[in-house]
Amino acid sequence: MALKVLVGCKRVIDYAVKIRIKPDKLGVVTEGVKHSMNPFDEIAVEEAVRMKEAKLVNEIIVVSCGPAQAMETIRTALAMGADRGIHVEIPLGQMDTFQPLHVSKVLAKLAEKEKVDIVMLGKLAIDDDANQTAQMTASLLDWPQGVFASKIDKTDAGLEIIREVDGGLETIRTTLPAVLSADLRLNEPRYATLPNIMKAKKKKVVKMKPADLGVDMAPRIQVVSVEDPPVREAGQTVSDVDDLVAKLKDKGFSSA
Amino acid sequence: MSLSNLSRTLARSLSLRAGFSRHISTTSLLRQEADLDDSDEGLGQATFIDLPETHQMLKDTCRQFAEAELWPIAGPIDRSGEYPEAAINKMGELGLMGIDIPEDYGGTGLDALAYAVSLTEISRGCASSGVIMSAHNSLYLGPIKYFGNHKQKEEFITPFTTGEKIGCFCLSEPGNGSDAGAASTVARDEGDHWVLNGTKAWITNSYQAEGVVVFATTDKSKKHKGISAFIVPKPTPGLSLGKKEDKLGIRASATSNVIFEDCCIPKENMLGSPGMGFKIAMMTLDSGRIGIAAQALGIAKNAFDTAVDYSAKRQSFGSPISKLQMIQTKIADMALKIEMSELMLFKAASLKDAGRPFTKEAAMAKLACSETATYVAHQAIQVLGGMGYVSDMCVERNYRDARITEIYEGTSEIQRLVIAGNIMKEYGF
Repeated sequence: MALKVLVGCKRVIDYAVKIRIKPDKLGVVTEGVKHSMNPFDEIAVEEAVRMKEAKLVNEIIVVSCGPAQAMETIRTALAMGADRGIHVEIPLGQMDTFQPLHVSKVLAKLAEKEKVDIVMLGKLAIDDDANQTAQMTASLLDWPQGVFASKIDKTDAGLEIIREVDGGLETIRTTLPAVLSADLRLNEPRYATLPNIMKAKKKKVVKMKPADLGVDMAPRIQVVSVEDPPVREAGQTVSDVDDLVAKLKDKGFSSA
Repeated sequence: MSLSNLSRTLARSLSLRAGFSRHISTTSLLRQEADLDDSDEGLGQATFIDLPETHQMLKDTCRQFAEAELWPIAGPIDRSGEYPEAAINKMGELGLMGIDIPEDYGGTGLDALAYAVSLTEISRGCASSGVIMSAHNSLYLGPIKYFGNHKQKEEFITPFTTGEKIGCFCLSEPGNGSDAGAASTVARDEGDHWVLNGTKAWITNSYQAEGVVVFATTDKSKKHKGISAFIVPKPTPGLSLGKKEDKLGIRASATSNVIFEDCCIPKENMLGSPGMGFKIAMMTLDSGRIGIAAQALGIAKNAFDTAVDYSAKRQSFGSPISKLQMIQTKIADMALKIEMSELMLFKAASLKDAGRPFTKEAAMAKLACSETATYVAHQAIQVLGGMGYVSDMCVERNYRDARITEIYEGTSEIQRLVIAGNIMKEYGF
């Protein structure tokens, strides 16, 4: 029974870029800055492609919400092996207020519309570090979730997922359909080979708006300010344990 | 100049373009120029602003690959001189070792612009890997692609597109480099086979090559019109290699003499027709120059990126040195030379893809990019100061790697002769 997968990917500022805060302190500078696919989403796409190569999956649909440039991200996913794409167009001016809840609603609607068996996402995006979309999508669909996945296997009843949690590794089993999110060690994404980049040009990408899916765009969160992290101060060297305990007491970290 | 003189001059320059038999006036000449753009998908047409989307994706993939897989090995293989077999195999998997070979013969079916863009990024990662890729694509696969028959392509191209097998190109000899017409290697007709005798020098990829394109005289009386091209599989009895050269740079690429002593090859191994060898070599070098231009540009970019990064971080007199005007001058001059060289490279590649003459532009690109590479590497060391002189940073290797780009595949002097010759013809003299 071959499965259908919906993979979400987001266009974010490239991880190697030095981030600068905008003068209005309401965000970071994005214009003219190098962008690429969120690294965790690359891992999600790669996992979907591997499942297709293992004949567990027969169709991979990649979706990205964003301005015109989101097409580059979709094309990259197509070049890695996705079959077709959906571009949910968000005008550049509205990107600041387009938040994880909206994305989750879009993904939930698309998952139902396309009748997919798995929604595969990156665990978080490296620009907002939200780590919300997979969980909220699962809730909206009332589907089981396997987030922070570092290994995914198909079982007769559904999926067995090993999750990376604070205490170590947790193994869970879910039925299908399910929502999964990829963690760092799930796999190592492939390079898009040149022949596949050429083939990606011919793959279909459909455009739509959030309104087409009945999703309202009103923001639920307002960004009050964005600031640089505090400059790191020098540490202090202490001479012995007594000195350390005294300093900790001084700073109020110890009541003893 | 009078109007009649002008139209006669333009008409004469027109006659250089193949296929134009109509009499054309000056105004329709301008219209004609505009109509010649024939590329339908935008493939092979770089604008002055952006690469086509496919080529941008290609560039990103190759850059990712180069940074992840080539940067870590570039220093070690430069010291050891070891051929980067694993990296070349991976490049083959990406489709880079047969990049403009048609898919029917196992290639990726892309164009010269794709070749230029990808080779620049690969060379930015590792110049040795870049020259291995360039010599293989332009100098070995190139002549067989353009002049080989179907059987030759099946035997000598198809197995050579995966990165597992590479080839080499033997034109230069100990007695002649720039003076290619004076080749002394001979090929004797023995009825059902050829016998090759002679020595070729400075051959890139010699040690790893399993296919050899070689130029030898078949009719001494015809001088350079008596040179023919041949394909020789390796190993073949009678084909041996000289010692590996101990080079200043691109040290992981094997360079040596290739010696032919009564080396017998089947009659079918002639490439093209007898006497066509010189023309094949010159046309091959035209495309090869686009490759070497890209390699030089990649070296320049590696040095430049390092210099910019260093200048933003290195503190002197209380601020990053990037605030000092003399450093800013160097950065601006390096950036400008790189930008201009890159535009020249894109133009040469785009002309080739559009099926138009590109000899002059390819020579310009090779000349510009190679002189830019040596300039930028030199200045980058200066920006890094003492750190630029040690192997902890890549710029000392960039400096050594850059130097050869002004020499091989046509010295800078030869490029200038090619450019001047074409200019004089264009102006009708």
